[in-house]
Amino acid sequence: MTETMLDKRMTLDEIVDQLSDGMTIGIGGWATRRKPMALIRAIARSGLKDLTVMAGYGGPDVGLLAASGKIRKLVFAFASLDHFPLEPHFRNGRQSGSFEVLELDEGLYHWGLRAAAMKLPFLPSRIGIGTDIIDQSGFDFKFVTSPYEDGEELVAMPALVPDVALIHAHRSDERGNLLTLSVDPFFDELLVRAAKKSFATVERIVPTAELDMKANSRFNLVERAMITGIAEAPLGAHPTSAAPDYQLDLKHLKTYVDSAASPEAWSEYKARYVDVPEADYQAAVGGAEAAAALPVPIY
Amino acid sequence: MTDTSYSLAELVIVACAEAWRGAGEIMATGIGPLPRIGAGLAKLTFAPEIQTTDGEVWYTTEPVGPGKRTSEPELEGIANYDRVFSALWSGKRHALVGPVQIDRYGQANISAIGDHEKPKIAMLGARGFPGNSISHPNSFFFPSHNKRAFIEGEVDFVCMAGYNPARYRNGQPPAGLDLRRIVTNLCVMDFGGPDHQIRVISVHPDVTFEEVQENTGFPLAKIADEIPTSPAPTAEQLEIIARIDPNNVRATVFKDNPAGERKAA
Repeated sequence: MTETMLDKRMTLDEIVDQLSDGMTIGIGGWATRRKPMALIRAIARSGLKDLTVMAGYGGPDVGLLAASGKIRKLVFAFASLDHFPLEPHFRNGRQSGSFEVLELDEGLYHWGLRAAAMKLPFLPSRIGIGTDIIDQSGFDFKFVTSPYEDGEELVAMPALVPDVALIHAHRSDERGNLLTLSVDPFFDELLVRAAKKSFATVERIVPTAELDMKANSRFNLVERAMITGIAEAPLGAHPTSAAPDYQLDLKHLKTYVDSAASPEAWSEYKARYVDVPEADYQAAVGGAEAAAALPVPIY
Repeated sequence: MTDTSYSLAELVIVACAEAWRGAGEIMATGIGPLPRIGAGLAKLTFAPEIQTTDGEVWYTTEPVGPGKRTSEPELEGIANYDRVFSALWSGKRHALVGPVQIDRYGQANISAIGDHEKPKIAMLGARGFPGNSISHPNSFFFPSHNKRAFIEGEVDFVCMAGYNPARYRNGQPPAGLDLRRIVTNLCVMDFGGPDHQIRVISVHPDVTFEEVQENTGFPLAKIADEIPTSPAPTAEQLEIIARIDPNNVRATVFKDNPAGERKAA
């Protein structure tokens, strides 16, 4: 019985079935790196609506959900495709006022996740002071005064608590012992700790021994108790990168950027790359062979 | 020795490099090709102690210029985002960034033009600007010095805090707010006027204070009645710049890559 419960393997659609209208969904990764895009595409295909999307470090995850009309409110510090600095679908969505926003600083977003991970109502910060971040309609920021001699007035950054966190990692065993093999783990650990439930897609599910945990200890993102379910999704971050397994696909990102030019261009992109089973998407972008040949990008 | 055949981009690189003079052992971040090459120039000349990155996640021993690389840089440390936040909150960083708008207080915007709830133009979002601005020194580069960049009122969405007393409950910004230098295609400025008023400290060759003022939406101070000319790159500086930027990305920043001295054009 215990063994069965520890088998956390699910399909992409089974994970999406765990989500519901109006939920707050936190998304890991950073801009064009390690975004759980296979799950994002599955959400875009689903009937889900009115989501509050927490994507502090946004990329095509934000754009795809915006273009699919899934976002009621966006909590973010930026949305960018790095080499294409402006995320075009995010931009269209913002400029047509199609969703509300709470705009934060990158570090302040991190701080909100940390408060949630620590089960604190807020953490004090100086970030936001002197800016419009603390003076927007998306949230009524409060302040605290240091009880010590300095008496400094600080911003009380509220805990950011997603109902569900979605992340993409490189390896997992079936129990949810994860490895993120990229040099920068970003803030995925905090996001998972902040969320009520967390689901991860991984490039490959392997036997525990193959994780080679002794050699890879620094890449073990979080203890498995924090992971509710895992789905194997090869190229699940595409077109963003899951280096060292594969790099970002600049050519596909260009296609994606061009799809924001008109409703017709978006319909065409959506029909070819979104409204299809994940396996068809992978085939349409050239599969594992094309992904393996993607060059290391220059920043 | 002064080489008279330098470009405006090279003049700007030299002016950007000056931001890191005497900075100490800190992280130097130059956003965009010219500030990035400027940080490299500072590191290879008068500020060898500063740390620069490959533009992604590694600190490198030698500066890494923009574009294609001919060799793999030697790595000396990791600069993952968690560590960058920690470093910047400690104050041990000086960033030279390129906002879209700036106002008389040094408040800067990269988020949105127009109404924040439904912007006319949505840009990046505030990124790390709010935290950077009150944590460590910041400088700026503007490739087009005009009234759309240097605006008359306050910027449309204040991402980076500035010297605007009305924005602070006690009238005082946090101690970490330290705005240093603004480099443009016309001049170099700092915040050294009365009450941090933006002040022209040098004009590029053949540019007048009047031209700078006409292209700025608020009154500027002057460092002196006779404003010095921005220093031309030396032959040694030009050689180092060419070494940092073998791809000549610097030639693509300004339209038609103009000469540093207009009369030479």
